[in-house]
Amino acid sequence: MDMGYYPGCTLKTNAKVFEDSLLKAFEKIGIKLKELNKWYCCGTVYSLATDNLMYRLAAIRNLIRAKEGGYEKLVAPCSICYNTLKQANLMAKSDEEAMSKINAFMDEEPDYDGSVSVIHPLEVIEAKLQEIKAAVKKPLGKKYAAYYGCLLLRPKEIAIDEYENPSIMERLIEALGGSVVNFPLKNECCGSYNVASNKEAVVDANYRIITNARRNGADAIVTSCPLCHFNLKEMQKEVKKVHPEFAGLPVYYFSELMVEAFGIEKEG
Amino acid sequence: MARKSKKGGKQKMEMVRIYIMGKEYKVPAGLTIMKAMEYAGYRYIRGAGCRAGFCGACATVYRKEGDYKLHADLACQTTVEDGMWLVQLPFTPANKAIYDMDKIKADDKTLVNFYPEIARCVSCNTCTKACPQELDVMDYIQASLRGDIAKAAELSFDCIQCGLCAMRCPAEIAHYHVAQLARRLYGKYVAPKARHLEERVKEIEEGKFDEEMKKMMKMSVTQLRKLYNARDIEPEED
Repeated sequence: MDMGYYPGCTLKTNAKVFEDSLLKAFEKIGIKLKELNKWYCCGTVYSLATDNLMYRLAAIRNLIRAKEGGYEKLVAPCSICYNTLKQANLMAKSDEEAMSKINAFMDEEPDYDGSVSVIHPLEVIEAKLQEIKAAVKKPLGKKYAAYYGCLLLRPKEIAIDEYENPSIMERLIEALGGSVVNFPLKNECCGSYNVASNKEAVVDANYRIITNARRNGADAIVTSCPLCHFNLKEMQKEVKKVHPEFAGLPVYYFSELMVEAFGIEKEG
Repeated sequence: MARKSKKGGKQKMEMVRIYIMGKEYKVPAGLTIMKAMEYAGYRYIRGAGCRAGFCGACATVYRKEGDYKLHADLACQTTVEDGMWLVQLPFTPANKAIYDMDKIKADDKTLVNFYPEIARCVSCNTCTKACPQELDVMDYIQASLRGDIAKAAELSFDCIQCGLCAMRCPAEIAHYHVAQLARRLYGKYVAPKARHLEERVKEIEEGKFDEEMKKMMKMSVTQLRKLYNARDIEPEED
């Protein structure tokens, strides 16, 4: 099955491992993610200023490209891209006035009607758990803490799962032969862009989240967001400077676990 | 565009109205904007170069009566139309990053590091609409943003650096400078090396052709001409 695929800038740069593993894992369960011919930075943060539509142009333009490519569904793996595109699509469906302005501004593009549906790979996985179980060659065997962060769940209108207590990722981990731990901080914020301007906030969040996962017996953290991945993984060395007793945890993208469990050899 | 008038059979030119910086002039139809301005008495000191659409010196913006669009073009390549409002843009102020091509690296952050303002692109596509070369300007900025140097170089290959993109951009990006860096990086670090060129340069440096050159320097023009006409031409390779 072919699905429209919006990689986003980060999967082409810092999170290359996410893209590589996701494409391989999805191919294994019979899904070909077809990258859009043309795509643009999603805008990174969904602008909450309702009267500034300029920051929504990129998202709408991406959705137009998806529709043009004949895709009813557009898969966006990065949590930030998913959030931005999904919220923009919601606006396209519900805010006629905003869309008439956007359509008039982008007079070189066909009008957009909100008809593409933006989905996250975890939502695709939900419907493929049987195929996933069948494809497992090396069951994971470890204990994992599934970390969702904010952007897959908030605002609740765009949540990929139960927004207070999601469990899609846990079901995937179990299908891959791993076990999951109770993890109350699974939807706690990782500190997000504070990493650029207020590192202490991220160090603090990292310490609380990783410590909570460890206390609940996790061997590793699993996530889907490149920014959460960075804040939880790379910032552990900063945490150690503040809390010398801190013992970190490895952090993986959910797709890396799929590749591992499917026994797909790493290239090179 | 010349036509015969009914009276006297003399040739009479068809004239069109244009407005140069707000002042009305009547100029012969069929002239380029550049020629029309000269016809009206303006003289180009800056903002004109090759007059053939290649150098990018004569960026111009105009509006037409009854059309809300602000059009952007090259003055030497665009024919005047009746009711055009014109002005020339002889120069675009756009900051250029300073770099040493031998010292910088080509990785996915190079372009955004030298031109961080590309991260301000909101995909409004105004640059693409302004480009007289009809390049996908927004697309090469987006490619630059995600570190795809090869794509940015390819999409911007026909850029003539007129500056209209940079003049129109609400994010204040200097697109054509970004593109030039992308093409330089592509040429130096990304594109496959031309081995035969390296070998030939080495041969030249080792003096392989010195004797022959010395011989030719002493030849008369007639001898040189004879030699030239009798030269071997290598068959083209597929």
